[in-house]
Amino acid sequence: MSKYQLDYLEQLEAESIHIFREVAAQFERPALLFSGGKDSITLVHLAKKAFAPGKIPFPLVHIDTGHNFPEALNYRDQLAKELNADLIVRQVGDTIKQRNLTEPKGKFASRNWLQTYTLLDTIEEFGFDACIGGARRDEEKARAKERIFSVRDEFGQWDPKLQRPELWNVFNGRIHKGENVRVFPISNWTELDIWNYIRKEKIGLPSIYFSHDREVLLHEGQYVATSPFIQIDDTDVVLTKRVRYRTVGDMTCTAAIESNASTLDEVIHEITAARISERGETRIDDRVTEAAMEDRKKNGYF
Amino acid sequence: MDLLRFITAGSVDDGKSTLIGRLLYDSKNIMVDQLEVLEKQTKNKQAGSIDLALLTDGLRAEREQGITIDVAYRYFSTPKRKFIIADAPGHVQYTRNMITGASNASLIIILIDARQGVAEQTRRHSIIASLLNIPQVVVAINKMDLVEYSQDTYNNIVIDYAKVASQLGLQHVTYIPISALNGDNIVDASETMPWYEGQTLLNYLETVQVETNANLDDARMQVQFVIRPQTEALHDYRGYAGKVLSGVYKKGDSVKILPAGIESTIASLEVNGVAVEEAFAPQPVVIQLADDIDISRGDTIVKLGNEPKVENELEVLLCWLGDKPLQAGNKYYLQHNSRLIRTVVKEVSYKLDVNTLSQQPVTEGVKLNEVVKATIKTASPLVFDAYKTLPATGSAILIDETSNSTVAAVLIQ
Repeated sequence: MSKYQLDYLEQLEAESIHIFREVAAQFERPALLFSGGKDSITLVHLAKKAFAPGKIPFPLVHIDTGHNFPEALNYRDQLAKELNADLIVRQVGDTIKQRNLTEPKGKFASRNWLQTYTLLDTIEEFGFDACIGGARRDEEKARAKERIFSVRDEFGQWDPKLQRPELWNVFNGRIHKGENVRVFPISNWTELDIWNYIRKEKIGLPSIYFSHDREVLLHEGQYVATSPFIQIDDTDVVLTKRVRYRTVGDMTCTAAIESNASTLDEVIHEITAARISERGETRIDDRVTEAAMEDRKKNGYF
Repeated sequence: MDLLRFITAGSVDDGKSTLIGRLLYDSKNIMVDQLEVLEKQTKNKQAGSIDLALLTDGLRAEREQGITIDVAYRYFSTPKRKFIIADAPGHVQYTRNMITGASNASLIIILIDARQGVAEQTRRHSIIASLLNIPQVVVAINKMDLVEYSQDTYNNIVIDYAKVASQLGLQHVTYIPISALNGDNIVDASETMPWYEGQTLLNYLETVQVETNANLDDARMQVQFVIRPQTEALHDYRGYAGKVLSGVYKKGDSVKILPAGIESTIASLEVNGVAVEEAFAPQPVVIQLADDIDISRGDTIVKLGNEPKVENELEVLLCWLGDKPLQAGNKYYLQHNSRLIRTVVKEVSYKLDVNTLSQQPVTEGVKLNEVVKATIKTASPLVFDAYKTLPATGSAILIDETSNSTVAAVLIQ
């Protein structure tokens, strides 16, 4: 490779930083949706680079379902402190009370879907016109078709048939009042790219991404952590397993995988050899219908 | 490891989705759970073996109708390279999507049905490839299984296509006979076509030289955002953040800020928060200048002695992407990288027939998917190069002022 060539991670990084700068310049009130997972941690790292030596010119927003892993929450608070970033946290539990929403029931009752309400309320409360998210196109079929600048109507809805053509690296962020844009700077990254980048940049991660002993129950072939948020029945077999998480979402809808990988190198080695996709292996919520993600996005989901 | 972005162009029945599915499947880039879903869906369709085309159809309407509507992006990698595929529909009513997918591609795979030979749509796809200046063209002659793997059929198509390529001035064209359905010459060399001695498609994609960032001479950088930390330690810091669109910048370079025409010197360069001696395309850079000048988003920083054009009346090709027709006299926003300028389409001189390349008079409004030659006038001077020389500064979009939709791809002549 010539001196004036970037490798693929540097190219992806350059593209993402370009997108971050466009968001900061084109919108009045952007926000970065932060979950404590590796993708949003990577986003924050990229944002830091995009605006250095200045500070990140928008707040980090966490829509907290109340079902998060404590390790992820600690990490979130520490990161915000280190970066001197503005952190806004809004609780799905509060939305449920205020709006009289019905708590989902069942064994792994997930508030994942209810996040949309809190997100839309938060967007309204602060007048956010752009929300930056860590979705990747390799994650799921509907995401593969979404633009980097994805315009949503005032109900947060995505209309896949009315997407703006996105040409070259020109991003059209013009919107009407009430609309907002979801921006996905790491659209073109794959799961493995994220891991390789985390290794290259020595980005710290919450400890649950590495192997540890955890009390889990086996449900339809997946290990789900025991927690006050799930219903444990007498017939359930509770085991202690050596596990790690490949994604970090709610404790109610993220499955752990058995693993001894305790370093980044070991994790990357396992992921490279994995024959099951990230979502397929770890997300309990996506397996309901073939178009689950498309439907949630149309309703205002991330 | 480097990155290759390519687009696949083919129409509904050319087997484009099958080709991509095959490429992913045979290179072991499909996961077990994705395959299970595929098997289930295929059973629903009562089709027998796995329908690889289903891998790429993401939206419900697409699965229901068995067609591709929108551009989908696919990712796969081999130990040699990482690939991003823009999977775009090829039918004439989706030319808009194809142009979108092609705008970032450095290679295009044009699928030809071996039974049909060079068809009207093959020409259209090739014309788009030539308009957008895609450096590499792969002509994949598919469905060889349906013509008994005939070498004569393949040769005749190659001869026919070579005429199209020379007419359009396509420089780098490679021909590969394939069967996406059976996997011939996709990842594994075909046993049924021993007469073909070239590379398999994947092997070609892994090894083709793509001239990225080849232009080191014409330095272009447009300011996206001004960084002013205004902290005690960085009280006077004023950094111009933007992507190097082309060329190389070095500390100490004499530069000119356009369109204003003010001169200065590069005092410092930073890439990703680290001070560097030089920065090159497509790195995201922060430039500090020696002089205190008023620069804002959309201004272009170039090196003295190598300057782009600065004009407010330009000849352009417009690929019309909007549902509302274009009439001469209409006003739009022109977005040129990060610069937004009001603009008026003064005159539409002719329509380009994307099937024959002939120039035709424009009698009514310019409709969706049409390509026209036009003259536009911008409210203030634009800093640009011709698309053919420097795509990064020769391309722009038009935005409808009232709907905010992106309505045209602009190729500056």
